[in-house]
Amino acid sequence: MHAALRRLAQRAVARAERRLPALTRLRQPEPLPIELNRRRIYILPTAFGFGFGALLLVMLVGALNYANNAALLLTCLLGAAAAASMLLAFRTLDGLRLSDIRADHVVAGEALRLTLDFSASRLREAVRLDCMGETRAFAVDGTAELCLQLPTTRRGWQALPRIRVWSTWPLGMFRAWSWLHPQQSVLVWPRPEQAGPPPVLPADGQERLRPQPGEELAALRDYRRGDAPRHIAWKASARHHDLLVKDFDRPEPRETWSLDWHALRSLDREARIARLARWLGEAEAQGRRYSLQLPGERIEFGSGPAHYARCMGALAVLP
Amino acid sequence: MKADAQPLDTRSFDLAALAFVIALVLQAPHLPWWLGAPLLLAIGLRWWLRRYQRTRIPALLKLPLLALLVLAVVARYGNVFGLVPGTALAAGLLVLKLLETETPRDARVGMGFTCFTLMAALLFDQSLVATLAVALGLLPPLAALRSLEPGRRAPAALWREWLPGMGLLAVALPLAVLAFLLVPRLSSPLWGAPNVDQQRSGLADSMTPAGFTQLLVDDSPALRVSFDGSPPPPSLRYFRAYVMSHYDGASWTYRDVANQPPAPIEATAGIRYRISLEPTRQRVLPTLDMPLAAPPGASLRRDRVVIADKPVDKLRDYTVSSATAYRLEPQLGRHHARWLQLPAGFNPRTLALGQSWRRQYGNDDAAIVRAALALFHDGGFRYTLAPAPLGRNAMDDFLFDTREGFCEHYASAFTVLMRAAGIPARVITGYQGGYWNAIGHYLLVRNSDAHAWSEVWLAGKGWVRVDPTAAVRPQRISLGAAAAAPGGQLPWYQVGWLQSLRNHWDIVNRWWNQGVNGFNALRQRGLLRPFGIDRTDTSTLALLLAATCTLAMLIGLAWVWRRRKPEDAVRAALRQLERKLVRLGVARQAGEGPRDYLQRAAAALPAQRERLLELMHRYLELRYGRAKPTPESLRRLQRAIRDFPVRRVVK
Repeated sequence: MHAALRRLAQRAVARAERRLPALTRLRQPEPLPIELNRRRIYILPTAFGFGFGALLLVMLVGALNYANNAALLLTCLLGAAAAASMLLAFRTLDGLRLSDIRADHVVAGEALRLTLDFSASRLREAVRLDCMGETRAFAVDGTAELCLQLPTTRRGWQALPRIRVWSTWPLGMFRAWSWLHPQQSVLVWPRPEQAGPPPVLPADGQERLRPQPGEELAALRDYRRGDAPRHIAWKASARHHDLLVKDFDRPEPRETWSLDWHALRSLDREARIARLARWLGEAEAQGRRYSLQLPGERIEFGSGPAHYARCMGALAVLP
Repeated sequence: MKADAQPLDTRSFDLAALAFVIALVLQAPHLPWWLGAPLLLAIGLRWWLRRYQRTRIPALLKLPLLALLVLAVVARYGNVFGLVPGTALAAGLLVLKLLETETPRDARVGMGFTCFTLMAALLFDQSLVATLAVALGLLPPLAALRSLEPGRRAPAALWREWLPGMGLLAVALPLAVLAFLLVPRLSSPLWGAPNVDQQRSGLADSMTPAGFTQLLVDDSPALRVSFDGSPPPPSLRYFRAYVMSHYDGASWTYRDVANQPPAPIEATAGIRYRISLEPTRQRVLPTLDMPLAAPPGASLRRDRVVIADKPVDKLRDYTVSSATAYRLEPQLGRHHARWLQLPAGFNPRTLALGQSWRRQYGNDDAAIVRAALALFHDGGFRYTLAPAPLGRNAMDDFLFDTREGFCEHYASAFTVLMRAAGIPARVITGYQGGYWNAIGHYLLVRNSDAHAWSEVWLAGKGWVRVDPTAAVRPQRISLGAAAAAPGGQLPWYQVGWLQSLRNHWDIVNRWWNQGVNGFNALRQRGLLRPFGIDRTDTSTLALLLAATCTLAMLIGLAWVWRRRKPEDAVRAALRQLERKLVRLGVARQAGEGPRDYLQRAAAALPAQRERLLELMHRYLELRYGRAKPTPESLRRLQRAIRDFPVRRVVK
């Protein structure tokens, strides 16, 4: 029943916004910073405000009926205070600035962490923010940072949802609100596949994959059968009751991976992207240099977080 | 909403509980003690349980408590409607609401209810002090409502919670006063006026010693009188209320006789005066001595008692002319026997004394009066507010055994003696004396100024006032009730300087009564006439009220909408330094940069050279150095500039 009513109300609001964009201010996305002003702050009494108004009316009629001027004065005082609280609710939002939105990198399916930077010239208390069904309360003392979690489903550019900033400060009788629709999108990276084969590399690459003894002496270890006699550390073994062998560090084969979209013909588009994303992640984790060939774009060899982000971004925006 | 379902935090609950307590305390004088005390206790218990035991009141308990409350109210008052039972019920419901208050939603409803209960307290007492107390009582509900908003900055100290509420009320006050002045008043009440209990003392239409003692220690104002000319001297300040004819051996009573013309009076001139009478819930209107005509809405009874058409439930103003030198009812006619009535079988010795005077003085009524007064004056009588109790033959006991009492005893005994001697006599109750407030030019008469005296009918003179108390204790008449009371018998608040302070303070109450409580449709019209508004019907007033509210909201919006350009704090600090330097004779020239200017100033003021150069470096660092100045460095610069000395160093 309750949920049905809410759905009905939502549908009515959506319809009203479609039909009367000027009235309901279905705001087009706008660039940051967004500063709230009187043209975009709306105020209505809350349910408690309506109830309190009814109570004031009862008190007014009572005071008038009993010709009780002291009670009448008090009723007027409460009414005037309630009216003043409406102005204070407006003042809480007026001049509030959403100066910046920062977003972390995230792969599709994980929650996106948004950081909203609010600023205001004077203290704002009890500001609340609705985003995706979640309500947060905060105070802005000069500046305030607010972290939001935004669920993601698919890769690519994701627009930020409309955000409602509202307040019922100070008495909870009036609710002032304003819609924010920042023109900012965040890039959601593709989700890597869970497991799969390593990349198929050119033949010369395979040659370098064979283990080779390194040059640097890393440690001494116990003799095992098959160790070359020239590796035995004779001097050290003399002070020990077993034979010790010089162990040489064999560096990982750090060959470069050149990842190619066109090499994965057998897979469909999203599976290709997921595999490439996994390989990019592995390459970055293993400290390799890697390049990425995509239809229409080639990213040359490189490594490091910036390079990784560039590659993942290119994957994310693939059509 | 989600936030509404969360439990209240400690501060919010404390504030809500405090609001409930204050509402209840302000309501307490009008509640029976067996209700008020348990309710307060319940609030305390509830607070303690929630704070220290973290337990809730089980929901099962609420229904029986509600039933108990309703039963108690019904058992005491008979129903739950009407002002007094309604108030008791509201107070009980308030506490029940606190028992179940766990969420912000509950607390909001509770705070609204608290405001309502506070207003109801004013229906009983609308004095200045009560109104101020209730206005201050609004602060806890306002603070509690604020504390319910999530994401606010809660101050550490509890007392700081009151400040925003005070600010809000102060801002709201102008609009509130305007609305108060312009709200259309009802010409007739929509439903019945409150039938408040008769617990409030005041003159009653019957006189018993017990009732009168209560009155004599009640020093709340009874009436305030302003005279057109100069006030009459203290010895003539007798305010007549009831004329009591019937004596039953224990008490005197007033018998209201309607539809009879007032007794004829021969008087030359009258004193015009205006009385503002505090609510008495009775119909009698006290008047100075002998009223010549009744004010509107009242009628003059046979014995020149002024009886209003409706009980005085709120402050009542009336203007009357009275005579202080007069001849009332020169011919007694057929009413003669009525004024000689005495109960059979009471006070044999008193009756014998009266009859013996008649035998002794023959037809000389005046001599008999003098004899009675001489008896009181010389017979070892004592004036006291705490006399010994009297038996069945009260007047015998008083005249021949105890010989102590106050005005009621003397008036009663004197009247009985006169009637025994065959002289028509009656007891008058009213007020005598009062405090002349020279600043406000009015006479303040308190309930403790209540007095009883006698009138005797003498052939050729008509009814003559005789005050037997004056024979015993003349100070009672010349100096007033407080001065007459023997030491130690008065409550602490009627003692000396305190009483005088209270008398002076009363001018504020009078101002409040006249300015606020007495403001009605008539005064409303008088207020608007200078502005060219002659018609003050409801629609005109409503229009004016709407216009005023709109104007007030526009002013408020202008205040809210104005945007101050945020000034660069660093530049503002430099400008302050410039002003100081100008006073020292170094003005900045057009086009001179801050560095050049401050260096020049440093050269011109060698005493401040070091300081100025340091300020310059700080300023340049803040203004052009880092991208964003830190608040501390900015504050340091501001402080250094504020401390920069302006006084010239005398060499």
